[in-house]
Amino acid sequence: MKPTPVLVMQDICKSFPGVKALTDARLRLFPGEVHALMGQNGAGKSTLIKVLTGVESPDSGQILLKDQPIRPESVDDAQKLGISTVFQEVNLCPNLSVAENIFIGRFPMRGLAIDWKAIERDARKALLALNIDIDVTRTLSEFPVAIQQMVAIARALSTEAQVLILDEPTSSLDEDEVERLFDALRELKRKGIAILFVTHFLDQTYAISDRITVLRNGEFIGEYPAAELGRLELINTMVGRDIDEAGQAAKSASSADRPTDRPFISVQGLGAAGRMHPIDLDIYQGQVLGLGGLLGSGRTETARMLFGIDRAESGTIAIDGAPVRLNSPRKAVRQGIAFCPEDRKTEGIVADLSIRENIILALQARRGIFRYLPKRVQTAMADEYIKQLGIRTPDAEKPIGQLSGGNQQKALLARWLATEPKMLILDEPTRGIDIAAKLEIMDLVKTQCRKGLAILFISSEMSEVLRVSDRIAVLRDRQKVGEIDGKAADEQSVFRMIAGAEA
Amino acid sequence: MNLAGTINTRTLPLLVTSVLFALLFGFGSVSYDNFFSVQVFLNLLIDNAFVAVVAIGMTFVILTGGIDLSVGSIVALTTMVTAALVEQQHWSIWVVVPLVLAIGSLFGLLMGSLIHYFRMQPFIVTLGGMFLARGLCYVISIDSIAITDPTYAAISEYRISFGEEAFLSVSAIISLLTLALAIFLAQYTRFGRTVYAIGGNERSALLMGLPVGRTKILVYTLSGFCSALGGVLVTFYMLSGYGLHALGLEMDAIAAAVIGGTLLTGGVGYVAGSLVGVMILGVIQSLIAFDGSLSSWWTRIAIGVLLCAFCLMQRLLEQGGSNLGAIFSYWKKPAEGSAPAR
Ligand SMILES: Nc1ncnc2c1ncn2[C@@H]1O[C@H](COP(=O)(O)OP(=O)(O)OP(=O)(O)O)[C@@H](O)[C@H]1O
Ligand SMILES: [Mg+2]
Repeated sequence: MKPTPVLVMQDICKSFPGVKALTDARLRLFPGEVHALMGQNGAGKSTLIKVLTGVESPDSGQILLKDQPIRPESVDDAQKLGISTVFQEVNLCPNLSVAENIFIGRFPMRGLAIDWKAIERDARKALLALNIDIDVTRTLSEFPVAIQQMVAIARALSTEAQVLILDEPTSSLDEDEVERLFDALRELKRKGIAILFVTHFLDQTYAISDRITVLRNGEFIGEYPAAELGRLELINTMVGRDIDEAGQAAKSASSADRPTDRPFISVQGLGAAGRMHPIDLDIYQGQVLGLGGLLGSGRTETARMLFGIDRAESGTIAIDGAPVRLNSPRKAVRQGIAFCPEDRKTEGIVADLSIRENIILALQARRGIFRYLPKRVQTAMADEYIKQLGIRTPDAEKPIGQLSGGNQQKALLARWLATEPKMLILDEPTRGIDIAAKLEIMDLVKTQCRKGLAILFISSEMSEVLRVSDRIAVLRDRQKVGEIDGKAADEQSVFRMIAGAEA
Repeated sequence: MNLAGTINTRTLPLLVTSVLFALLFGFGSVSYDNFFSVQVFLNLLIDNAFVAVVAIGMTFVILTGGIDLSVGSIVALTTMVTAALVEQQHWSIWVVVPLVLAIGSLFGLLMGSLIHYFRMQPFIVTLGGMFLARGLCYVISIDSIAITDPTYAAISEYRISFGEEAFLSVSAIISLLTLALAIFLAQYTRFGRTVYAIGGNERSALLMGLPVGRTKILVYTLSGFCSALGGVLVTFYMLSGYGLHALGLEMDAIAAAVIGGTLLTGGVGYVAGSLVGVMILGVIQSLIAFDGSLSSWWTRIAIGVLLCAFCLMQRLLEQGGSNLGAIFSYWKKPAEGSAPAR
């Protein structure tokens, strides 16, 4: 039996100055299905969702909800129509409590006053349903991105919606959390709710979706039952050309077997009480050191201490054999270290500046304001990186905030590459990036490495760590539990080490 | 609720301000005879009632991340309009007060609309409002107009006594009522929470479907209303209307809010903190008055030092707070031996 679709979007067009984000895009959602919306960075997925939820108004096209044409003017409108959304950017207020973030906009009232008791109780329940047990009265900003993302999801799940939209909800979740989210989604599916799901993780797409819609360059390419569209076919449909995942991997696996004998940076017993147990690391030029471990195992903490953002309380650091103190990012930068942070929205991009300015930013900061880079040089550099990394934009002068999420990430990477550092710390550089670009970025990491750069690579995707790393330091519960050779290692051996057995 | 649980980086500034107030008051009591009395304390409230009311309105504006520079001028305009209508036209107080409150609100509404619909900077819009309202005062009269109306005089002199030696004025009562209402508004209504959400992240507030535009306009309307109410209290206090009343009051209101723990970037702070802030400004004035040998400009110096100290404290707390957050282990550790397979 095939029911009628609950939601239909037809011939949606949307242009931004200089970009045609959507051209005759189409989408159908049936009740009780999980529908994956797939496409490369900048394909127009988020824009389609924004049109549907009243954030952007379409230039043309039609939206039908249960056969009734609708035209939401604001997120509020959309919510009232029963369309509930988790947007790609974490859209919560960091200054409010967790509970309030879940219920703001639809507070239960007691008489004239907000019923805080009920809110706290229900918020706890909503999070426990996702198996998260935290103090909901605490301020949201006290929690890491992963928890914040779960809070945003809990908010969307707890509305009584008939259509639920999730734009890359899993980008900073670990496997366990993704599984909990999927359990919750299956439950909603049973209740007949239509779910639209955007992700760049193919595994997740196939684990949960019933049907797949593919967008490319803002155009509708096709709608397929998930069971009938193979992985490789899906990738090729998204990219529009043939990509061989395995071939790329094999090529990049054999490189950099001649590290210098002395490490570029040597870390002994670096730690801080309560944050990180003392850790030893040696990073060589021309080598990639991967940090393996689950979310919360101390990967980001290690990176932040190395870059001087968080002060280490014990331990020593030597660069090229000479002891140094890295107690501020400025000092780290002066030593030739660059850091591409995990949370690009708050620590990375400057949304109102152009792509060119964002790329030049770190380089200019290092040169000091008195050695100003001529605009011509800046433009040439920006254009070079835009081409090299495949950043999808009409030109380098667009504000970076207007790029799609994945393309912002690429620009950020360009910023640090532009400083020509001696060591590059990459914290989740592939988050929110489509599959083709992921391969490109990993290739790029390899190429840079061959040029003599020392690289510390952090990713939740174990397969990525394995693919690029020459050596892997394995972390568990904020301490290092071992180190293995990247070429010899496979996922099993790393996970065994995380689990506590010797590799 | 346990005490340790309620003290965090949000409530700490409020606590520090309250302790500081107690210290200053204690210092006065030890140093000067007659300082330590209930009435000296209540006088702080009486003398600063209008500042408190204005600071409460200002707090809402600052919580959204905005600023309202027009408050002092609206106070002056209110006194001027009141004096002109009561003295020259002989209108009844029962007509004049609602009228001036409406004028103040309308003024705020207009500024809020400019800020929201035309995306203009609050600083510029309210700076314009400040000049405009101050200028309008002089259109009415260049000189001070004394209010001789008996009703005003009666309200001005009316004292509500507690026990033998302690009393409050009508203005002080009004300011306390305003505070109670404002706390309710901020903590227990959708409007209040939306104000905090906008200050936290305006774009998120929009994406969460909150009525951002309406709330922003309302916040400036509220501030306009509070300023007009402050103006009414000034007429009770001074019994005159004058274009030079409440000069620089906007800065006192901002200082009170900041000392009370409200962040200028928005989203963090408590309305009650602003009252404590006002009281601190008041107690410094009293200390200097009791001392007698210091010029009143020392008040300004003390406020200046305090402001910097408080901003510094908030900055340090912010940094300390992020470390606290890291130490706090919210995360359920993955069970030993159960490695997830990919
Ligand atoms: N506000 C805006 N102003 C100008 N251009 C925009 C704006 N929002 C999006 N775009 C452009 O529209 C195109 C589609 O962007 P969109 O965010 O929909 O991509 P996406 O498919 O969600 O990509 P990603 O996977 O990276 O999130 C991009 O080229 C982007 O630069
Ligand atoms: Mg997107």
